[in-house]
Amino acid sequence: MKKTFTKFAAVAMACMMVFAMTACGGGSGDSGSSEGGDNVLKLGGIGPTTGPAALYGNAVKNGAQLAVDEINAANPDGLQLSWDMQDDEHDPEKSVNAYNKLVDDGMQILIGSVTSTPGAAVAAEADTNRTFALTPSASAPDVTEGHDNVFQLCFSDPNQGIASAQYVKDNFKDAKVGVIYNNSDNYSSGIFNKFKAEYGGDIEETTFTTDSATNFDAQLTTLKNANVDLVFLPIYYTEASLILDAAKKMDYSPKFFGCDGMDGILDIEGFDTSLAEGLMLLTPYTPYSEDEKSKAFTEAYQAAYNETPIQFAADAYDCVYTIYDAFGKTGLDASASMEEICEAMIGVFTGDFTASGVTAETMKWNANGEVEKTPKVCEIKDGKYVEK
Amino acid sequence: MADRILKSINTRGLKNAVRGSEYKKEALISYGILIGGYILLQLGAMTGLIGRNLQGQFVPICVYVSLAISLNLVVGISGELSLGHAGFMAVGAFTGAVVVRVLENGIGFAPLRLLIALLISAAVAALAGLIIGLPILGLRGDYLAIVTLAFGEIIKNFMNVIYFALDENGHLKFAFNHEIEGIDNSGRILTGPIGATGVTKIATFTYAAILTAFTLFVVLNIKNSKQGRAIMAIRDNRIAGESIGLNVKKYKLMAFVVSASLAGMAGCMFGQNFSTLAPVKFNFNTSVLILVFVVLGGIGNIWGGMIAAALLTILPEALRQFSDYRMLVYSIVLIAVMIATYNPTIKSRISTLWDKVNPFKNKDKDKGKKPKKTGKEAA
Repeated sequence: MKKTFTKFAAVAMACMMVFAMTACGGGSGDSGSSEGGDNVLKLGGIGPTTGPAALYGNAVKNGAQLAVDEINAANPDGLQLSWDMQDDEHDPEKSVNAYNKLVDDGMQILIGSVTSTPGAAVAAEADTNRTFALTPSASAPDVTEGHDNVFQLCFSDPNQGIASAQYVKDNFKDAKVGVIYNNSDNYSSGIFNKFKAEYGGDIEETTFTTDSATNFDAQLTTLKNANVDLVFLPIYYTEASLILDAAKKMDYSPKFFGCDGMDGILDIEGFDTSLAEGLMLLTPYTPYSEDEKSKAFTEAYQAAYNETPIQFAADAYDCVYTIYDAFGKTGLDASASMEEICEAMIGVFTGDFTASGVTAETMKWNANGEVEKTPKVCEIKDGKYVEK
Repeated sequence: MADRILKSINTRGLKNAVRGSEYKKEALISYGILIGGYILLQLGAMTGLIGRNLQGQFVPICVYVSLAISLNLVVGISGELSLGHAGFMAVGAFTGAVVVRVLENGIGFAPLRLLIALLISAAVAALAGLIIGLPILGLRGDYLAIVTLAFGEIIKNFMNVIYFALDENGHLKFAFNHEIEGIDNSGRILTGPIGATGVTKIATFTYAAILTAFTLFVVLNIKNSKQGRAIMAIRDNRIAGESIGLNVKKYKLMAFVVSASLAGMAGCMFGQNFSTLAPVKFNFNTSVLILVFVVLGGIGNIWGGMIAAALLTILPEALRQFSDYRMLVYSIVLIAVMIATYNPTIKSRISTLWDKVNPFKNKDKDKGKKPKKTGKEAA
């Protein structure tokens, strides 16, 4: 008999917990929607602030926070912004949960998701629910495709691949081109497939997967034996740092060329920056740029967070300013509903709206939600990014 | 021989005395939790008491509950350790994604499409279970744990190189380890590491709850059947089971394959609830998560696993106010629950506390309590 009681007690406790939680959920939802009225526009963000991709999520969190603080301080009587970033651990399921939580809390415009695969899942939800979304860094085509309400501030993967191929074709005419890419990663294979199609010529291909991203001797030996002079690395900087290190050890020194995922390589702890000497990369932002806006942003970011911003932070910073400018053009005030804002913002973005920011002088959006801006090619010289 | 012995256990008197009442109670509690939970959540959603955040988790909760129930069949009832349940889930999820997309033009009625997808997913997952189980389950020792662990990883990597697409004529195209040429984005079904994209969601809370009920029905009935008793007899004492002529491999395989196919169905439902589905979701962590549901709920305790699955799915979301520290809090809660549910002292404290506040307390129950208490004092 006693056992039964324990069981019943357990069930009762479980029920109580569920009740308590549902009460929490409902309560926060109510309070959220009522706050929207007093000239505060609620921005929500989704990205990995914990887990292996946390660097990106936190950069976006900080970058956007910086812009929000600046805007709020500059015009205390005007439209104010609030910023709430929810963690998704780079998992689509959690990302959708985070999105729902933000909607519960009365979010009006979404900045996110930060990463591509969760971004695609959230984009579908935001589409059916009519939330305007501007993603700082989810670059896969799946994020914007078929969703009229989702826009990208970063280059899409295909465009990065095409831009890289064109640059390589124009500037390294006689080079034998090789590649090391991650075929289990959306970003990496997405860029490479477009690069390959655009480049057209012979490419020595080597691959790795996220699980095997620890040793690159085999790939480098293949490329070395094929006399490759230019290695295209459409991958993230953690793996790239290992590749550079391994190449140095086997006395193999081709030209390395990367994309925006390479950004951040100089800031890896314990990484010998001399290895990255001569590395070229396609990136919209570098912390050492002479550009006035970039410089101001870098200094403000360093002052606020005591670290050098990466491109994701700059993207998020631009996102907030872009949304602020575009929202001003809609003629709505902060009491407008999420759906009204969504339709009005789509109208602005697909119109002749242009934005200017840290990552580009002018940004324009097409109806697919892709951004049109000029890519910058940088080379690392003396441990610093130098624009080409 | 074995049949005769099992049949003799099945005689009316014994069954009612030994198994029947236990079974009835377990079934009553399990179905009660499922139906009660369904009504509660549905009411909460209708009245607006439950926000979007929790509503969005209704289907995943049902899926994880189903997975916990089906894994319990292997871990609890058959006594084998399986570390690749997410692998079967993946098989079901991706099979389901392909089937639903292929049927999209032919069958307009979404629930029917879902049903066909569920059945095919179950069949494919069962086949995978059979392939894994056949060479392994005849062996003694923890080989199944090792092999299922590998299976989960293999499936994940296999899905990374599988490409399915529909061309403009609606024909299904397949490619291995390279992208299919000449397909626009809307025709892609499975794209290697990117997984399934552009899925039109057809899973609803009601469908998912029905699937959970079906899983529960199958597992409880197996547990209470002749075969179920044979499976448990082998678990408890393999040599004794063999001595009465039970075919160990057959019964273990039966539990394993049924569990795999139920996991496939749950995976199919899971896949139909998200617009994107990447293979990386079905990694070792997900397998362990399902195992944690089973262990936390009590191995072999079906409804315990159900509650654990539901609560542990909600918990990380409910802890969002702790922001970056929530996984820390989550693990502390996990440890606390582990200690509380397995510690006899705390257990008895809770039950005495419950006795004091129990409004339905009657003399009969008090009588039952007293001798036990004296027994404990003596000890």
